[in-house]
Amino acid sequence: MTESTASKPLNGETCLWTSNGKKPGRNGFVKTHCLFQQQKCRRPQENHNVWHNASVYNKPFVESFEETPLLVAVLTYMGYGILTLFGYLRDFLRDWNFEKCHVAKERDEQKDFVPLYQDFENFYTRNLYMRIRDNWNRPICSVPGARMDVMERVTHDYNWTFKHTGTVLFDVINMGSYNYLGFAENSGLCANAAVEAAMKYGLGVCGTRHEIGNLDKHEELEKLVARFLGVESSMVFGMGFATNSMNIPTLAGKGCLILSDELNHASLVLGARLSGSTIRVFKHNNMQSLEKLLRDAIVHGQPRTHRPWKKILILVEGIYSMEGSIVRLPEVIALKKKYKAYLYLDEAHSIGALGPGGRGVVDYFGLDPCDVDIMMGTFTKSFGAAGGYIGGNKELIDYLRTHSHSAIYATSMSPPVAQQIITSMKCIMGEDGTTLGQERLCQLSKNTTYFRRRLQEMGFIIYGNNDSPVVPLMLYMPAKIGAFGREMLKRNIGTVVVGFPATPIIESRARFCVSAAHTKEMLDTALNAISEVGDLLQLKYSRHAWPSDEETNHFSYLDSHQD
Amino acid sequence: MIQTTKMASGQQWVLVEMVQAFYEAPAYHLILEGILILWIIRLLFSKTYKLQERSDLTEKEKEELIEEWQPEPLVPAVSNDHPSLNYDVVTGPPSHKITVNGKECINFASFNFLGLLDNERVKQKALASLKKYGVGTCGPRGFYGTFDVHLELEERLAKFMKTEEAIIYSYGFATIASAIPAYSKRGDIVFVDEAACFSIQKGLQASRSFIKYFKHNDMEDLERLLKEQELEDQKNPRKARVTRRFIVVEGLYMNTSDICPLPELVKLKYKYKVRIFLEESMSFGVLGEHGRGVTEHFGVSIDDIDLISANMENAVASIGGFCCGRSFVIDHQRLSGQGYCFSASLPPMLASAAIEALNIMEEDPEIFTILREKCKHAHKALQDIPGLKVVGEAFAPALHLQLEHSTGSRESDVRTLRSIIDYCLDRQIALTQARYLDKEERFLPPPSIRVVVTVEQTEEEIEKATSCIREAALARLE
Repeated sequence: MTESTASKPLNGETCLWTSNGKKPGRNGFVKTHCLFQQQKCRRPQENHNVWHNASVYNKPFVESFEETPLLVAVLTYMGYGILTLFGYLRDFLRDWNFEKCHVAKERDEQKDFVPLYQDFENFYTRNLYMRIRDNWNRPICSVPGARMDVMERVTHDYNWTFKHTGTVLFDVINMGSYNYLGFAENSGLCANAAVEAAMKYGLGVCGTRHEIGNLDKHEELEKLVARFLGVESSMVFGMGFATNSMNIPTLAGKGCLILSDELNHASLVLGARLSGSTIRVFKHNNMQSLEKLLRDAIVHGQPRTHRPWKKILILVEGIYSMEGSIVRLPEVIALKKKYKAYLYLDEAHSIGALGPGGRGVVDYFGLDPCDVDIMMGTFTKSFGAAGGYIGGNKELIDYLRTHSHSAIYATSMSPPVAQQIITSMKCIMGEDGTTLGQERLCQLSKNTTYFRRRLQEMGFIIYGNNDSPVVPLMLYMPAKIGAFGREMLKRNIGTVVVGFPATPIIESRARFCVSAAHTKEMLDTALNAISEVGDLLQLKYSRHAWPSDEETNHFSYLDSHQD
Repeated sequence: MIQTTKMASGQQWVLVEMVQAFYEAPAYHLILEGILILWIIRLLFSKTYKLQERSDLTEKEKEELIEEWQPEPLVPAVSNDHPSLNYDVVTGPPSHKITVNGKECINFASFNFLGLLDNERVKQKALASLKKYGVGTCGPRGFYGTFDVHLELEERLAKFMKTEEAIIYSYGFATIASAIPAYSKRGDIVFVDEAACFSIQKGLQASRSFIKYFKHNDMEDLERLLKEQELEDQKNPRKARVTRRFIVVEGLYMNTSDICPLPELVKLKYKYKVRIFLEESMSFGVLGEHGRGVTEHFGVSIDDIDLISANMENAVASIGGFCCGRSFVIDHQRLSGQGYCFSASLPPMLASAAIEALNIMEEDPEIFTILREKCKHAHKALQDIPGLKVVGEAFAPALHLQLEHSTGSRESDVRTLRSIIDYCLDRQIALTQARYLDKEERFLPPPSIRVVVTVEQTEEEIEKATSCIREAALARLE
């Protein structure tokens, strides 16, 4: 439930429209020497003919982070205050045995050991998380496709333990899984190919890539991934998280500088930390902040010794999974070229989900993949498999083959998983001789536009880029996290809700992941339910008026394209 | 009283005299003095040295610096004939019979100890799962990535190991590497065996704790360190009260193939109040009457070990790993194990395969005895090969063959061992070298050939393999 550690300024910028040369200045100091100047803009509908550096974008770049209403912010803090007070009260009652304590206990033999974890560390878990724990880890017993079967649980001790009733909630609409292209399937081409691979190769590999665990399937997959990405060479790994945490240390080390976005995923943070490099954090997707760090780093060199940095590595993600924002890649590339830094792009959520050819954020902006030094991504999401890859030029991949922690010490990818990726990737590329992959891509993009637009029209505060299939809906108050998740499940819709520490303390949210497998009916059912729950919980915070004429245009556009 | 008036009048007189002198002084004198005073004032208020100006670069200078700066290449060049650049290619399953670089061989290299990789029952169960759930889970455990098979596998593992709870990870390497930093934080102290495998080393690095290495399997050295720490604690008891202490050891060591002295470790644990984390990737499903690992082998109560971690990629022949122990310990990882929270969950078919593997292990504990017999046989047969020495316990399923006399250069040793492997490959025996990252390992083990024994190998095959290695050693080492 924790996806990224975040600390963001409270005042979100309203809306940003890049085709008009407007880009976010969420914290906006402007320096004249900067490559990019950013200006604020209030409304996306206004048409300015001012072009600053719109040349780097080939399409409108609309990203919104509506400001938290003041009253909501105050009420949210009050909510946490009350929860904390009650938490202390109940801890007191537990201490004096007035209330039964369900926390697992240390063995009597080890009571005099230093406590394994600090009691106060668990204050949040015990008193806040426990109240709404039923919204996470919901077990399912079907394909995590557009609809899934959720196992019903009950609790008789306020979420400390769960019992399965044996009842299954059938056909719950799944708005939570990262199944962007709908390849989570148990029948059809991909599943059949995976079955065959499992029959031929078995499930495990029982060896590392270096030690007789290098199957021909892996080599086939790597060639395909390189072709898909448009790079010289690629290497695949068995786990997406480990792809980051085990390979960044091979690329950077002592005397190197890593510039990391503040909302980067935990695996990138861990990889950077394991590398032993100096890490500096720039504000989320903020190019001024990045440029300032780059300039300062090169001008001043390493701290204390003032030696020049050996190399500078910029870590960014394609789509940020908690914000729904898309990286400002054209600007990042311009910066990295100007300052001779290297760029590590994590496309965990964007590969397959963005771009006309599904080739991720590079494809989305129409850029050259060679401009990104390290193309990383995962197979868990759009491809409905598991694992990760790194793509780049031949020297990079050769170096990884010989020096990656993963290649030497970790078991290689399971053959049926590799096969699932091969088949689904070929489908996206159209190499299976059909247009099914292309249709999925179109469907995803339409579904995304439709779903986001409808939510905005309903008056919810929606974060992120208009083209991102990750759709965060702001809930703010802690009590609404639990209420939203439960009310949605009552209406047979599975959603993901997230709160602190995955988000800043007052920015709790629900997150929907749009999939190509969702039909318009499913989306409408979901939207109606969201609207209903939104009214019930008073979630329609937005103070934007969305023009009704565009609304009608939009509907007609969709109706003509949906079937 | 009189004195004070006198002094006051005296001072007044001096003042009058000064004013008089001021009037009488020549103009040039006054001007000179005025300039002097101004100079002093200027000196007082000006900065003594110009630190500020030195770092205040102009924009132009900055641009020049930026222009000048040349970073190192992203990666150093790797020569095309790097020994580990060209992997051996395996076509088909890496089971008992394996096709390496187009040649069919008997497999003495994959960690498929119980021969479950190609097992029909395991495959059927996994296929049924694949047809029900598809391949991927499309989400972490928290967000609809928990499947009923995951819960079943966790329950089964806990039951198999006779512990309260188990937690599964989707990658073997990430298991212990995530488990250690979930408990051990900055300021805590971890005592580690020098021979600990790479994933333990990474876990320790991620934890940012103080790491103290003790000599491999040397309990006296460990006790010395513990005593040192005890003295340290007495000096600062307040700090000691919040400093967690852990011993991290492996059951069967991956790098040396020998077993940890668990009973002694448990004694030290209670004596010095240190928790034990045990990594059992090589011993789970191998040692003990029921394959429960080192605890069963020594008859140590599993409750005395705080955390046991193992991967399911060796004996179980699936993918992933697990930790087990008491709920008090394990449950903490569900929110603080990074590789658990932030990663997509294990594909359900791999979980199903692991469940079926556990079924087979429970139904027929005889296989562990058979495996041990084969290991002993192989260990004996590998003795007295000229130029090579066997490293590891007689009952360890993955042995190391090291050069008796190193040439002094690691590179040439590696080449010699590779030539032995190639010789064997030509004669249908698949072997591999144990590979390490030379520069990253804390204590780099000497180069070696890994010989893996599985239950599927017949005695004749083991004989054939050992005689083949003997021939190769004679041919290549003389």
